[in-house]
Amino acid sequence: MTAPLDTAPSGTGIGKAVRRREDQRFLTGRGTYTEDINRPGQLHAYILRSPHAHARINGIDTSAAREAPGVVAIFTGADMAADKVGSLPCGWQIHNKDGTPMAEPPHPPLVTDTVRHVGDQVAVVIAETKNQAKDAAELIQVDYEPLPAVVSTADADAPDQPQVHPNAPNNVCYDWHLGDKAAVDAAFARAAHVTTLDLVNNRLVPNAMEPRAYIGEYEPSTGDYTLYTTSQNPHVIRLLMGAFVLSIPEHKLRVVAPDVGGGFGSKIYHYAEEAIVTWASRKLGRPIKRVAERSESFLSDAHGRDHVTRAELALDKDGRFLGLRVATKANMGAYLSTFAPAIPTYLYGTLLAGQYATPAIYVEVKALFTHTVPVDAYRGAGRPEACYLLERIVDVAARETGIDRAELRRRNLIRPEQMPYATPVALTYDSGNFPRILERALELADYKGFAARKAESARRGKLRGLGLCSYIEACGIAPSNVAGALGARAGLYESAEVRFHPTGSVTVFTGTHSHGQSHETTFAQIVAEKLGVPIENVDIVHGDTAKVPMGMGTYGSRSLPVGGSAIVKAVDKVVAKARKIAAHMMEAAEADIEFKDGRFSVAGTDKSVGIADVALTAYVPHNYPLEELEPGLDEKAFYDPKNFTFPNGTQISEVEIDPETGVVEIASFIAVDDFGRIVNPMVVEGQVHGGVVQGIGQALYENCVYDPESGQLVTGSFMDYCMPRADDVPSFTVQTDETSPCTHNPLGVKGCGEAGAIGGSACIMNAVVDALSEHGIRHIDMPATPNRVWQAIQAARVPVAAE
Amino acid sequence: MPITVSLSVNGRPVTKEVEGRTLLVQLLREHLGLTGTHVGCDTSQCGACVVHVDGKSVKSCTMLAAQAQGASVTTIEGLAAPDGTLHPMQAAFREHHGLQCGFCTPGMVMSAVDLLQHNPSPSETEVREWLEGNICRCTGYHNIVKAVLSCAETMKSGAKAPAAAAE
Repeated sequence: MTAPLDTAPSGTGIGKAVRRREDQRFLTGRGTYTEDINRPGQLHAYILRSPHAHARINGIDTSAAREAPGVVAIFTGADMAADKVGSLPCGWQIHNKDGTPMAEPPHPPLVTDTVRHVGDQVAVVIAETKNQAKDAAELIQVDYEPLPAVVSTADADAPDQPQVHPNAPNNVCYDWHLGDKAAVDAAFARAAHVTTLDLVNNRLVPNAMEPRAYIGEYEPSTGDYTLYTTSQNPHVIRLLMGAFVLSIPEHKLRVVAPDVGGGFGSKIYHYAEEAIVTWASRKLGRPIKRVAERSESFLSDAHGRDHVTRAELALDKDGRFLGLRVATKANMGAYLSTFAPAIPTYLYGTLLAGQYATPAIYVEVKALFTHTVPVDAYRGAGRPEACYLLERIVDVAARETGIDRAELRRRNLIRPEQMPYATPVALTYDSGNFPRILERALELADYKGFAARKAESARRGKLRGLGLCSYIEACGIAPSNVAGALGARAGLYESAEVRFHPTGSVTVFTGTHSHGQSHETTFAQIVAEKLGVPIENVDIVHGDTAKVPMGMGTYGSRSLPVGGSAIVKAVDKVVAKARKIAAHMMEAAEADIEFKDGRFSVAGTDKSVGIADVALTAYVPHNYPLEELEPGLDEKAFYDPKNFTFPNGTQISEVEIDPETGVVEIASFIAVDDFGRIVNPMVVEGQVHGGVVQGIGQALYENCVYDPESGQLVTGSFMDYCMPRADDVPSFTVQTDETSPCTHNPLGVKGCGEAGAIGGSACIMNAVVDALSEHGIRHIDMPATPNRVWQAIQAARVPVAAE
Repeated sequence: MPITVSLSVNGRPVTKEVEGRTLLVQLLREHLGLTGTHVGCDTSQCGACVVHVDGKSVKSCTMLAAQAQGASVTTIEGLAAPDGTLHPMQAAFREHHGLQCGFCTPGMVMSAVDLLQHNPSPSETEVREWLEGNICRCTGYHNIVKAVLSCAETMKSGAKAPAAAAE
């Protein structure tokens, strides 16, 4: 059934638009974000950052700063090195074409002798108040010897460029490839038409609204450390920081990620500041708090995207895709952030089939170091880059071949009867009905009526364009064995614990983390329905390694497909045990016990017992099969997915451009998405809206710019980096299609967190270029700012004027 | 030099000695423990810190605490009725899923409440233009706009806002 999302509140089970349980605290100012926490006796840290993109440090004079009011300590990289503090580790190893491993330079939390990007950490000042720490930092004299810097992705591997690391010649981190080169060459040899497109996927700053914040705390009497952190995955931070950086065993390190104000990928990674405050808390014996200012966030949160690509598509005379060849340079920034190497490879190259049955694909990716902030996953992570490339080149090919762009897609889509479908780039799609969704979207957007709308816009002097984008993503990261074979240095399962309390309420512990995703509501819906208990009796706990079993956190739209599946597995274990207890209570054979709506009954009789009563019996085991069963009703599960999930959909937008000003206005945006089964349509719709606006942001507004000479970040604040605002975007029409559930997880769910962002930028840019095509414009790079659009129109007009 | 500031916050008189450079948002968060008001930027762009000063929405990071001398300030903590009944704007945000991570929410709600004080029947365009100074990275604004429009309807149809403590 394809239907508009029903967001009416009725019932609390799976599929219902249950209003969020998180909202009461957030709407009344009672949320607890890291900055809201204050520990007794805490000190405040301020990080002194490099003003240079690349410089040698010949000396650091902290003497005046040490005398400043309130200063307790100042530490530099030398102090951390003396304590044998380790390098911030990278969680993924990619191999070069020749099988050798990538270059993996050290990443010290505080630098020792060289700074490699504006914002690199040079020293930490710790004082009684935030202002005192910041004031004292200004008194530190650093003797910098500035060195030439390279920031450009396109040129970083040229032989004459400044070198970022001594062990990465020509700034190459790795030179990777995937696919059958010979088959692709053969496909191009027999092509009737080849479309070639050069494009840039612009660099973005994730900009979660809550700046990163940390409190490190050490208890000398026990040797226990606690880190409060704005993290999407506290267990991963405990593992990385504990094992690799500070040598703290896990039983002595608790990591708490309380309410977190958005992440979008940027709060996955283990950041230097986490190690600095934790390490310094032991040195000083007092809790140490550090909260970033937004300007620091721009200079220190991992950025996203930043690809330069040449793509070629080979088509036969009927417009069938024969082969795709892609060569990409990807910017890693100055150091390898936690997931960075995996983003332009296994989350990008593997997605280049898209929704199409292209038989031969070959992709080469060169990852390059530059003197810029590290680049890592940002909402969609690799998949928006793949989608943008593919959907842009398909549109250009349609224009070049004269085949209608919807028809060209239609001819090449993977058919539902081909599922499961093995792509030539290592993935196997388990489910999806791409043609059905395309047709539904075309109908919803009134594709046929576009010409009339375009004519109407033209009468008002406006250029109207329509953009079509059929995206697919690999989500629910990931089967651990597959990830391991591809270079992951960790498992990617998820954990859950379902704890029945004696009087019938339930606490669920999940290793995922909610920072806007609404798990406290949606996970409770699942548990309440499966256990047949009122949703009010179910609480969800996340974000604390002292409470929750080892889990991998939230990213890659994995919380529901992986974390939700772990919860279902734990619920099944609870029910299985409760069934045995119920059989004993009712003196029946276990095989005769049925469970429905929270009650166990003996088949064919009127005997039944509620699950809450079973829980009480489990904890007060006076009449209990103690020989066969342990008391208690508290089950844990780890779920490792069998495959990725493959959310997919089609988005269609229309834009109007004023050719006199270059201003692009979005007239409409619709999306039809296949996320498998939907747990809460209201939450899903909200996730799509937010993702789409991040896609629109990239397409029209956002751009992270470094000065090519100085390596300075030019767009270092919300004054310079254009975030999409309420009056920049329209309202949306979002529909879902639940007819192709995921085939390999117990809920049939695919994940919805990234979809909007994956298709959004391609969808808008296809519309923009469509509008500009009447001026003969074939492509412009993002963001399509008024200036860039106006310039493109003027450039296109010149030859006409000259005739 | 420390200065003494006296003002009313959520209907309660407070007097605090603070550094002269203390911003109103710092007074609220760090001296009064009212952490519902958030700081999302350092250029007065994001609006996470919006509170009401003498009934008008103000970015509390753009104002010194000293400038609030004698003023009546309402924060997100003071918006609901004393019995806990949510202000219609808070209720509308919940009903229409106008928040995800919750970080921009206090500023967004305070700003939206002030909009309806100025314009009880805003159009969608007017809502979007008014909220231009509040950045949200999660919701794409769609449901925020829906919530504000719905709240306007509710308030017009007679549901009274609970008397916010200081307004």
